[in-house]
Amino acid sequence: MRIRVDPDKCEGHARCIALAADLFDVDDYGLSSVKVDVVPSHLEHAARLAVANCPEYAIEIVEE
Amino acid sequence: MEPVKEWATDFDVLDPGYVKDPFPIWADLRSRCPIAHTDRRGSTWLPTRYEDVNAIAHDIEHFSSRDVGVIPFKPPEGAELDGGDDPLTYGLPPISADPPLHTWTRRLILPWFSHRRVAGYVPMTRSICRALLDRFASTGHADAAVDYAQQIPVRVIAHILGVPEEMSDTFTGWVRDVLEFAENPERRSDTSDAFIEFFINQLVLRKKEPGEDLISSLLQAEVDGSPIDDSVILGIVVLLLVAGVDTTWSSIGAALWHLGGHPEDQRLLVERPEIMPSAIEELLRAYSPVTMAREVAQDIEFAGCPMRAGDKVLLTFAAANRDPEAFVEPDTVDLTREHNRHIAFGAGIHRCAGSNLARMELQVALEEWLKVIPEFRITDPDQVKWAGGQVRGPRVLPVEF
Repeated sequence: MRIRVDPDKCEGHARCIALAADLFDVDDYGLSSVKVDVVPSHLEHAARLAVANCPEYAIEIVEE
Repeated sequence: MEPVKEWATDFDVLDPGYVKDPFPIWADLRSRCPIAHTDRRGSTWLPTRYEDVNAIAHDIEHFSSRDVGVIPFKPPEGAELDGGDDPLTYGLPPISADPPLHTWTRRLILPWFSHRRVAGYVPMTRSICRALLDRFASTGHADAAVDYAQQIPVRVIAHILGVPEEMSDTFTGWVRDVLEFAENPERRSDTSDAFIEFFINQLVLRKKEPGEDLISSLLQAEVDGSPIDDSVILGIVVLLLVAGVDTTWSSIGAALWHLGGHPEDQRLLVERPEIMPSAIEELLRAYSPVTMAREVAQDIEFAGCPMRAGDKVLLTFAAANRDPEAFVEPDTVDLTREHNRHIAFGAGIHRCAGSNLARMELQVALEEWLKVIPEFRITDPDQVKWAGGQVRGPRVLPVEF
């Protein structure tokens, strides 16, 4: 699985990093980014939760 | 004000029944007239669906933040209306600003409330909570709103601003005058003056002796090679106190109100502390305290409603967060809810700049409370008093344990 954060949509709610700190980084201004190339299989559920909880619909699964 | 007869065409956000229990009113409106209107306090719209609240929060072209107050400010009778030497020339940026002022003022404060920076405020917040609990834990009863919830955020924000924690009660009084008692023009006006004078003096002090605090950092900051105008700094600092106190206090209080009435949820959090993060999001969703207003910038027909330039629109995030089209069983508080795209902190470019801080304070406040008081109940539900309008939360909440 691969995921991405759309930097134009991210508004810094930080829900993703709370749900999956191993998958996301967040900068001093709240902008999130994905820090892994491929999501490890044990974190796929966490990645789906991050997608489902982002209030800005900024995270998407680009490859299952 | 006259009692409300028809919520769809003449709602009143200060109606005592609405302040106490707005949920059935929103459910009724959502099913038959999802954007209500009133001419009380000026032409004002009240969207109740998640989709509409979210869309308006993102449409900064048609919906300006130049006046985000839910209750319009009326100067006291006889007050001079020159306005020429208002020290808050720029309002309270970034919350009351549109781009471009919004953009650069927001960037100045965001690092102070970043995920990383907020983690550093945890030990201070824990010790504040423990000291408060020490005062009443052995007595078997407390007012969870006045003795606990109300005391925490004001102390944390005082620490970040570098102003004396001993002034907490004064700050709390000021913020309540401005937000909660906004319909009392004398009270609001006198307080604004005291508030502004205090912070003007703080700026003078910090210029002479800079510290490690946020006010000092703003005074030393440069934007495009120039220092920042004092009235912008004053606006930011006043905002941080106003926005950082009532809101988080209301969230902590509402969470304790919920737990006080739901012993099964107290047990769940004590037995399974690992669910705390999802519990926090669920409590934020179910009891979102904040309503922010927008001003219609240009005439627009929105979802069939003829909105005129100058009209107000109330973004009641709690109403959005109870919409059955956006949440499964929205009126059930499920502390283990996994899918929760709530907008308690708003959405779009004005997402609450202090959301990381608020979330941390709520979590630490509940953790520390439950460590010392794992079981408690509301002494008498009839004694609980709620405040509403801009910020909804319990103001009197007697509990026993």
